[in-house]
Amino acid sequence: MPSQLPSVLVVDDNSVRAAIIEAGLREAGHDRVTVVTDVTGIAGKIAVLEPDVIVIDLENPNRDMLENMFQLSRAVKRPIAMFVDRSDRESIERAIEAGVSAYVVDGLRRERVKPILDMAISRFNAYSRLERELEDARNALQSRKIIDQAKGLLIRSRSMSEDEAYTLLRKTAMNQNRKISDVAQSLVLAAEMLGKGEADGDD
Amino acid sequence: MATTDITAAFLPLTDSAIFVAARECGFAEEEGIALSLLRETSWANIRDRMAIGQFEAAHMLAPMPIAFALGLTPLALDVVVPMAMGLGGNAVTVSAALFGAMQQAAPFSPPDPAAVGRALKAVVDRRKADGEPPLQFGVVHAHSGHNFELRYWLAASGIVPDVDVEIVVVPPPFMPDALASGQIDGFCVGEPWNSVAVSTGAGRIATVKSAIWKSSPEKVLGVRADWAMRNDDALSRLVRGLYRAAEWCGNPDNCGALSHILARPEYIGQPAALIARALEGTVVDSLSAGDKARFFEPFAHAATFPWQSHALWFYSQMVRWGQVKHTSAHAEAARRCYRPDLYRAALQPLGVPIPAANAKVEGALTETEPVGATSGALLLGPDGFFDGQIFDPDRLDTYLSEQAKR
Repeated sequence: MPSQLPSVLVVDDNSVRAAIIEAGLREAGHDRVTVVTDVTGIAGKIAVLEPDVIVIDLENPNRDMLENMFQLSRAVKRPIAMFVDRSDRESIERAIEAGVSAYVVDGLRRERVKPILDMAISRFNAYSRLERELEDARNALQSRKIIDQAKGLLIRSRSMSEDEAYTLLRKTAMNQNRKISDVAQSLVLAAEMLGKGEADGDD
Repeated sequence: MATTDITAAFLPLTDSAIFVAARECGFAEEEGIALSLLRETSWANIRDRMAIGQFEAAHMLAPMPIAFALGLTPLALDVVVPMAMGLGGNAVTVSAALFGAMQQAAPFSPPDPAAVGRALKAVVDRRKADGEPPLQFGVVHAHSGHNFELRYWLAASGIVPDVDVEIVVVPPPFMPDALASGQIDGFCVGEPWNSVAVSTGAGRIATVKSAIWKSSPEKVLGVRADWAMRNDDALSRLVRGLYRAAEWCGNPDNCGALSHILARPEYIGQPAALIARALEGTVVDSLSAGDKARFFEPFAHAATFPWQSHALWFYSQMVRWGQVKHTSAHAEAARRCYRPDLYRAALQPLGVPIPAANAKVEGALTETEPVGATSGALLLGPDGFFDGQIFDPDRLDTYLSEQAKR
């Protein structure tokens, strides 16, 4: 039985995100999915693949080049429209907000493309969420390191126990209405400025 | 006065200067505009994000709003142009190898478009005779001044675009690398990207936009039509703020400060000294004093006035290169997206000289001359095409049929 689902080309210089989208499409039964992370020579690839749908990350600086190529349609045999249905305002907004642009060959019905676009949108959003969480985790790790450094300073300079050091940091933070990590940062900075270089955290 | 929040998107180019100065030097604030600037990665992004309402205004290639009005873009958008963002500012840069071959074929001194065109034609002819592939030139967008001035210059030099040379689209910041790596043989781009290619030794500037077509339009202020209709007062204040910013940018005393602001990573992110070349007109050593001043003109000679003759000339080139079929309705749609009426309404309270006409005959002025203005004296600079052709917007059909024969 010939493949019934449209073929998809994913153009994204973020290879992790591209892989996530590809996996999603394959799970949904698409067996003709190609991922391109480097646009060099893409005209040739498109001519060979003849994709029905092209998904491109919105931030890709090569979008003007790609659109021009679609319009010249030497590489693309059938004219390509952006998204599927200009009247489907809600889909277009969701896509652009998620950072997805999609180009679809002429004549492809909306209901055949919508699931692909929805998939790309949800995976782009999931990726952004993941990135944010990673960033938060990185910040959390950074905070913990700086609090450890500050505790170490207090333990050494004021002969406190670890618990006492932490309690002091927390109390100061509460009194000054600041985050513990900010108080710890100030303390470490002050120690560095006063030449107590032992707070370099190589513990 | 209540403060209005306006977000404007821009691409990292020297001619974003007026937006940047409006924000950084307080000209927008003086008009009660809290102007946020958003750096974008492509013109397509500016179009798409504006279409879903993420911002009200943007730095746009002058033909872009015309392409929107004619339905030539993948996503629809209705944009009005209440103001232009300066004249000139682009150059044609070729690889060091091509520059050498051209000099050998027919010696020239940049930026003389006729002489440079003859040299390029000689190289193109020789390559054809030797069975070599056509040279590749990069432009930033199909609907750009770059594409049209490059094609105009090539065609007037006897080189047939798309046949004798290939024209491809490359994002402006990638041009220097594309040239250095041999992907393309030359390009037409705005500053500072020509100077960046020159500074690395990858390219040499062959000619400049301001020599191909003097006092020619390049970027405009594009504003979402629905927003402009509902916010006429805020739009007027935005235009006034940008006008004052353009005046500041046009003062040679401010070149140093302006190039340092533009050099910041959130704007262009290139060395101030390279950016200053466009502002001072020193991109090519051999420019005369007049050509220096003309290379990029943000303010003088009505550089911010949205001439409808500019819109119609771009339209004539869209027809010429097969982007759109000529009908009187299309021509009218192109003309009407440039809005001198909005410009006048905004600036009238300032009492500054504004052109009295909406359109002019492009190529009629050979010297700087005073023209009819709403108040005071207004000088316009020479606006000729290098091949001596005249564009009379009232005789569009004749121009189109004559250009088809050229």
